[in-house]
Amino acid sequence: MKSTIAACAVLASIPLFGASNVTLNFLVVALVVALVGQGWNILGGYGGQYSFGHAAFFGSGAYVTAVLQVKYGLNAWFAIAVGIAAGALVGAIIGFLAFRSGLRGSYFALVTLAFAEVLRIVASVTPITGAGVGTLIKLDMRPEAFQFQSRAVFYWIILFLVFVSLLIAGRLEQTRFGAWLVAIRENEDSARALGVDVFAIKLRAMILSSAMTAAAGCFYAQYFLFVDSSIAFGSWISVEALLAPIVGGSGTVFGPLAGALIVRLLGEAAKLVAGDAPGIDLAIYGAVLVGVIAFAPRGIVGLMAALSARLRANIVSAADGSGKHG
Amino acid sequence: MAEPLLKVDHISQRFGGLLAVDSASFDVGAGSITALIGPNGAGKTTLFAIISGFQRPVEGRVRFDGQDITGRAPHELARLGLARTFQIVQPFAGLTVRENIAVGAYLRHRERARALDAAEDIAQRLALGKYVDQSAGALTVGARKRLELARALATSPRLLLLDEVMAGLNPSEVRDLLPAIQELRTQGTTILLIEHVMQAVMNLSDQVYVLAEGKIIASGTPESVVENEQVIEAYLGEGAAAHYGKGGRPP
Repeated sequence: MKSTIAACAVLASIPLFGASNVTLNFLVVALVVALVGQGWNILGGYGGQYSFGHAAFFGSGAYVTAVLQVKYGLNAWFAIAVGIAAGALVGAIIGFLAFRSGLRGSYFALVTLAFAEVLRIVASVTPITGAGVGTLIKLDMRPEAFQFQSRAVFYWIILFLVFVSLLIAGRLEQTRFGAWLVAIRENEDSARALGVDVFAIKLRAMILSSAMTAAAGCFYAQYFLFVDSSIAFGSWISVEALLAPIVGGSGTVFGPLAGALIVRLLGEAAKLVAGDAPGIDLAIYGAVLVGVIAFAPRGIVGLMAALSARLRANIVSAADGSGKHG
Repeated sequence: MAEPLLKVDHISQRFGGLLAVDSASFDVGAGSITALIGPNGAGKTTLFAIISGFQRPVEGRVRFDGQDITGRAPHELARLGLARTFQIVQPFAGLTVRENIAVGAYLRHRERARALDAAEDIAQRLALGKYVDQSAGALTVGARKRLELARALATSPRLLLLDEVMAGLNPSEVRDLLPAIQELRTQGTTILLIEHVMQAVMNLSDQVYVLAEGKIIASGTPESVVENEQVIEAYLGEGAAAHYGKGGRPP
């Protein structure tokens, strides 16, 4: 809780030091990924249910936000609220179907991937989503329309959403729901024998996870004022959703945020070095993922914890040693 | 006593062409320690899986405390007070011993602090006190077996199904665990155990049922059952009882 507030306070002060629009833009996108990643982390990191299709929720949020404004003339804030609810509903439906049929592990991953792909294809042909052209949200620079002159405001809003997601993850670790969710990850049969309603807990985690991811999608649509099927439901967001928490440390509060910043930074650095060679960021992501899984299976957060424990042990033993030798 | 706490009534289970359990019936009286023994492959673990809701039988009913619980989900049965351990221990390897036990304790204590306290208590009772902060994956076999028992116990069961908790323990560990199980019964938990360690069966149980090829072939006190010809033959082969002499020992 304290560390969440401290981390977010540091991040919130960045625009005050006159960060450029490029920097802010980078940070906004990184925080969107952090929010998507936290959504994935609730289900995958804590619950052990690895989804390859979080784009389904991100895209549902983004499209509902855009389409409700453009086609139905609804207020942006209201559209965002409906977008989050729509993402949660999509999560509930996919979760109900997958968990009711007892799909686990790679089967669950494949089913989520399939749902996201189906949604992408549907969105690329149906008229209401703007089909192949996509949907453009009308420029209307008023706070009532969730559009702001300054990028810093967008930045603070997404930071606030990330802050809330960190609080939720932190709270999860302190509750029965969280303990049971982790128990399911560790061993489903044992959990069931100890009275855990595995289906209900997984479904709740799925709804929480998809709502969080949808919120990121809603924000994304509002920030770029444009949605098309390959942005909203594309596999890029499903990949980033799982890459950030795994690199940062899945099943930890700060893993997704740390991972999102690192992964995004590496992606940008790769583009600087290699120019705009297509796919270079993906190649870098792949290499990073292999490295993390090989050398830091608990991610950056796990690595830091291990290092600080070792450092403390060294200090203690050094103090002992110096005591002995005078 | 109107009805026993657990009543297994003509249960059959079939896996393809194999009749794993063949119309097995037995009772477990409230407050008793009842043992289910039999050669490997007799269907004991299958019967446990059915009683605890992990499998649905093709025929027969299971009654617990007067209600029909056939085919109810394991988590509902745990809530009703029926807990089980697994023959192959299944710890939550990434969690500490305390967190492992707390998963069970959460069933009766919604608050985290109270669940953790309850877990700590149970750990002390089962001599796991010094391991509470250790990762469950790092425990010895003996401690893992006790952890399996501790987690089940944390759900405050009225009936505890123990599937070979003694297997893989050395004689001194068995000696340590026996009084712990006796103690549970004294505190009011009814126990049904599957066991191959005869020392435990003879020591603990009031009533023994013998399962062979899916059928209950004998029942009675531990002393009477080990003298039973059918039981000796089920374990050692046809003619064994005559060969060794009734109740006699192998030469």
